[in-house]
Parts: sequence; C-alpha cells; structure tokens
Amino acid sequence: MNVSVAERLHATGTGSALELRGVTRMFGALAALVDVTMTIEPGERRAVLGSNGAGKTTLFNCITGDFFSTSGTVRLFGEDVTHFPAHERIRRGLRRTYQISLLFTGLTVLDNVYLAVRGVSRGRFSLIRPRRSEALMQSAVELIEAVHLTDVRDTKVSELAYGQQRQLEIALALAGAPRLILFDEPAAGLSPTERSELVEILTNMPRHIGYIIIEHDMDVALRVAERVSMMHNGRIFKEGLPEEIESDPEVQELYLGGGHG
Amino acid sequence: MAVRDHADVSATSGGIRTHTNYLGWLESVHPAYWLLAILLLFMPAFAGSFWLFQVWGWAFILGTIALSLMFLAGYGGMVSLVQMTIAGLAGYMVAILGASGVSGISMGWPQWVAVPIAIVVAAIFGTLVGALAVRTRGIYTIMITLAVAAGFFYLTRQNYTIFNGYTGFGGIQPPHLFGVNMRQPVHFYYLSLACAVLSFLAVVYVSRSPFGLALQGIRDNPRRMAALGYNVTAHRIAAYTFASVIAAVGGILLTWQNAQIAPASVGIGPVIDILIIAIVGGIGHPIGAFIGAFIYVILRLFSPDMLMALGLPGDRFRTLIGLGFLLIVFWSPDGVLGLWQQLKERMRDNAGFTGLGGAGER
Ligand SMILES: Nc1ncnc2c1ncn2[C@@H]1O[C@H](COP(=O)(O)OP(=O)(O)O)[C@@H](O)[C@H]1O
Ligand SMILES: [Mg+2]
Repeated sequence: MNVSVAERLHATGTGSALELRGVTRMFGALAALVDVTMTIEPGERRAVLGSNGAGKTTLFNCITGDFFSTSGTVRLFGEDVTHFPAHERIRRGLRRTYQISLLFTGLTVLDNVYLAVRGVSRGRFSLIRPRRSEALMQSAVELIEAVHLTDVRDTKVSELAYGQQRQLEIALALAGAPRLILFDEPAAGLSPTERSELVEILTNMPRHIGYIIIEHDMDVALRVAERVSMMHNGRIFKEGLPEEIESDPEVQELYLGGGHG
Repeated sequence: MAVRDHADVSATSGGIRTHTNYLGWLESVHPAYWLLAILLLFMPAFAGSFWLFQVWGWAFILGTIALSLMFLAGYGGMVSLVQMTIAGLAGYMVAILGASGVSGISMGWPQWVAVPIAIVVAAIFGTLVGALAVRTRGIYTIMITLAVAAGFFYLTRQNYTIFNGYTGFGGIQPPHLFGVNMRQPVHFYYLSLACAVLSFLAVVYVSRSPFGLALQGIRDNPRRMAALGYNVTAHRIAAYTFASVIAAVGGILLTWQNAQIAPASVGIGPVIDILIIAIVGGIGHPIGAFIGAFIYVILRLFSPDMLMALGLPGDRFRTLIGLGFLLIVFWSPDGVLGLWQQLKERMRDNAGFTGLGGAGER
C-alpha cells in the first residue's frame, strides 16, 4: 500500500470522490447490501432513499469502514481503501454522522468538537494541554458557530435538546477539511424550523464538499440533492435526477405511494 | 482536583483544561489536598521509622503501581492484571543490571544507568503486552494479562541464568542520591513520596491532555472515535506504555525497599492485590489508588495482631482483606471514593443545599 506522493496526487486529481464496485455485506445469511455499484463525483450531492431496512446505514458503514464489506471494492478519491480501517479513511477527507447520535455526552459541546478537530490533525497523542488561543481550539469555536450552537458551547452534551445534539453531530462531521460527508438521516426527529436550519447548513456548505444524505423526508432530500439513488432490499435499483425519481412509477409504487416511513 | 467518583469523561477528566491562568489552577485545588500536602510533608517530624518506612513508604509504592492500573482501567476501560508484573520486571532489571548479593548474575552497573534501562525495558514489555491485550475486551483482557503475569512468575521461578530462580536477588544495593543512602527511613519516605506525587500529577495532567481525552473518548465510544480519525488500537497501546513507566517506578522502589526481589514478589497474590487496591480505593480518580494502598498496608501490617487478639491465626490476613474487599465493593462499586461521595451527597441533602460542597468544588 506504499503509493508515492505523485501517484496519490494523480489519483486524487482524476478520481471520483467515491467509487463502489460490487459491494456486498452479509450479516450471517442476511444480505444487507447486495452488489452495490455507485460513483460520486467530487463535490456531488446525492440523496439515498429507501424504506427501513433497505440497507442505507449499512452502505454508509461499508464506506466509512465501521464495518468491512464482505466483498467488492471501495475507492476514495481514486485510492483503494477497501482494507483500510475507519480512521485511515477519515483522514483522507471522509466524514459521517450517525442516525442515532454517537456523542460524548459527559463532555461539553466545545470538548466534543475539539476532539473531532484534533482527530483529523496532528498531535492526537499530544501530552500538552491545549491553550485557548490554539488554532485547533479556534476552529472548534468557529465550527460551533457554523451550526448555531454558540449559546450552548460550554454546556454538557447530555443537557442539550435533541435538535441541538443532531446539530452537534453535523459539527463533528465538518471538522478539519472534509471532502465527502455521509449524513445518516440528519433531519429525523427535527422540528420544521430545525429542518429549514438544516437545509440552510447543507446548502451553504462550500461547493467542493460533496455529500451523501440518507433522508426519509422527500422535501428535504430533493432540496439538498442533485441526484438521487433508490435502495430496496440491499440493492440500488434506480438512480437519477430528483424529477425523474419523483415521477418514476416503480419508485411511486415502492416508496412514495404505499409503505412510506 | 475535587474528588469525584463518576467514571464518565467529564468527571474523570474535567474535559479539556486550558492552562491560561496558573493562579486559577492553584485556586481550583481542593483544600483537602493542601491539608494532605502539609501533613505528608511534615510527617517525619512526628512519625517513627516504622510508620515512615513500612507504612507510608509501602503505601506510596503500592499506590503508584495501582495508579498505573487506575489509569488503564479508569481512563482507558482496560482492566490489566499485568501491572505488578511490569513493576516486578523493572525491579528485576535493577537487580540484574545493578549490584546485588548475587554477584554471579548482577552486572554492577551504576544506578543512574541501571534505573533508566530498567524503566525502558519495563515500558517495552508493557507495550508488547498491551499490543496483545488491546484487541480483547472485558473479561478477555483480564484473562490475557493474568496469563502473562502467571507466565512471568513461573519464568522467574524456573530460570536460574537470568532471574536466579526460586531465591531471586537479595542484598540489592540501596538507592543513592548525591552520595546519600536513600534507604534510611526519612530519606526513603521522601523518595517514595516524591515518586508517588510526581506519578499522580503526571496522570492528572495527562488525563486532560489531547491524548488523555482521546483515551477516555475511546473508552466511552471507540466507534465514534475511529470515525473522527483516531487510531483506537494505537491509543490503547500507548496507554499501556504510559502506565508501564509508572508501574516501573513503583517496582524499582519496591525492590529498593525490600532490598530484594524474588518470584514471590510477582506471584498471583501480589498481582491480584494491585487490582484489589485500585478497586477498593476507587478507579474513578487517581487518588483512589493511594487510598486503597493505604488501607491495604494498614490491614496487612496490623491484621495479624488483631486476628491473634481475637484468638484466630495471624496469617489469615488475606481472609480479612478479602472480606473488606467484598464489603466495600458491595456497598460502593466506586470504592472508598464512592462511599465518600455518597456521604457528601447525603450531608448536602440534609443541609438543604446550603453549599457544603467546599470552595474547591467546580
Ligand atoms: N450490525 C448488524 N447486525 C446484523 N444485522 C444488521 C446489522 N446492521 C444492519 N443489519 C440488518 O441489515 C438490514 C439493513 O439495515 P440498515 O442498513 O440499518 O437499513 P436502513 O438504514 O436502510 O434502515 C436490516 O435487515 C438490518 O436488520
Ligand atoms: Mg438506517
């Protein structure tokens, strides 16, 4: 896996942000993900739709390395990361949020974000306590501002409202220099106001940052995504522009019409 | 540094502490610590040799070794039974590299050479054990580290070329600092106190550094930490390295105190004793290791007399220690620190929240 810098730069320059080839994930006899092939271009914004149990979260887990895929290849920015552990993929510009918040509930908002910022920079093993003026501390403060949590910066996460915890999830994914972010149902459980705040955060993100968003709410999904992938029983069965997907009869039948949610 | 018993990140670490204001830091030290510091500093003025050397010296040493376990278990969520073994290895190294009564093996190197090498060897050994153990969780970590501890014990007992087998090493040269024999009770008291305090401060400081905070994040949520870019395995192994250095310091002091090291020092008994000390004291805070060690030493030294006064065989001290262990764990899973916390909360409830917490409370 010793790729020279030149090779890597070349790969980064020409490759897609994400390339999945025949990715399959089994849980015992259950195929949660079947032969998924998918390409995301740099800066692209994609929605993944599908009913509960379709395999959307499993897809994310296989991309980040939370779980390894049973077979198939995963390429990130042109580099084959199929056998890379999660932290190696994250350090290459991949980020994610979790459907069920995974936060450090005993820590303050600032400490959570600081951990995230530190995780994708040097000095993860530093024994020197950070200073307020430290650059990383500053970028943590800025991130908190970006997700509208400045008022609760020094509050313990366990004391935050649900919507605020979801926003913090997003802040953790924005740390460092993300190039591709996976959002797992970020709008679930949010109030209408919080939803529009979320849409605003997503649409205001710098153009070079691509993302994949899993979203049940069609209105949110279609406002923040340029392309849509439809999943069912572990397969991606349709891909296209939001208008095409909305008017597709198969999609209407499987997802939009009957078994919503 | 208020004493706390909760074992989540915020309580054990206080989160990220930025150090902009040293006076502020001084003010934040709980008054009880000032009192304790003064008491310990002037102890030799009123305590005799037995108390200085046997009681306090031993408590500081065992506390330091238990502190290394507290660091791994409290901050890293890894219960290692190999800490006494790492300490013992450092002790053996001092005996082998330095001067002892076994002139056929001991190399007689000066202490300023032998001690650093002993610490490095112990740290390397601890790191290797860590690399083996961190891939397991919970009961399996305990089993693997216990297996290593048992293996080392039998190795020292059966190997005569390096470890001098059953007899081990006696007549180990006492520590010398600036030409002074540090094994004299007052000197040894201050030496072990200094090592204990430095280890304690190092653990408290590191717990709030990026490394320490990441370790606690990994304890609470390894999956999220990996998704933030942290190499979970490497952090856990590094924690073993750090803990090994502390254990090694304790082990060298222990060898100096006894002027000997033998397989019995690293047997399963002492290995389990360190676990008991850490748990009885409470693994939620570094001070718990020393509280546990003090209780253990008092029981060890005085229970034979107490038992005999009751007409029981004096060598049953382990029964007594075991019973004490059961009682404390039964009443408070967080050890003595937890009991103290419960007591404080009850007092606060009775006082109707009138602020009995004390000025040092944050
Ligand atoms: N860790 C796991 N162990 C076993 N089965 C799992 C696991 N994670 C997901 N599954 C199964 O895989 C299928 C897809 O789940 P998931 O990816 O969470 O769906 P979605 O996010 O689309 O609702 C489901 O049938 C689920 O029960
Ligand atoms: Mg899901």
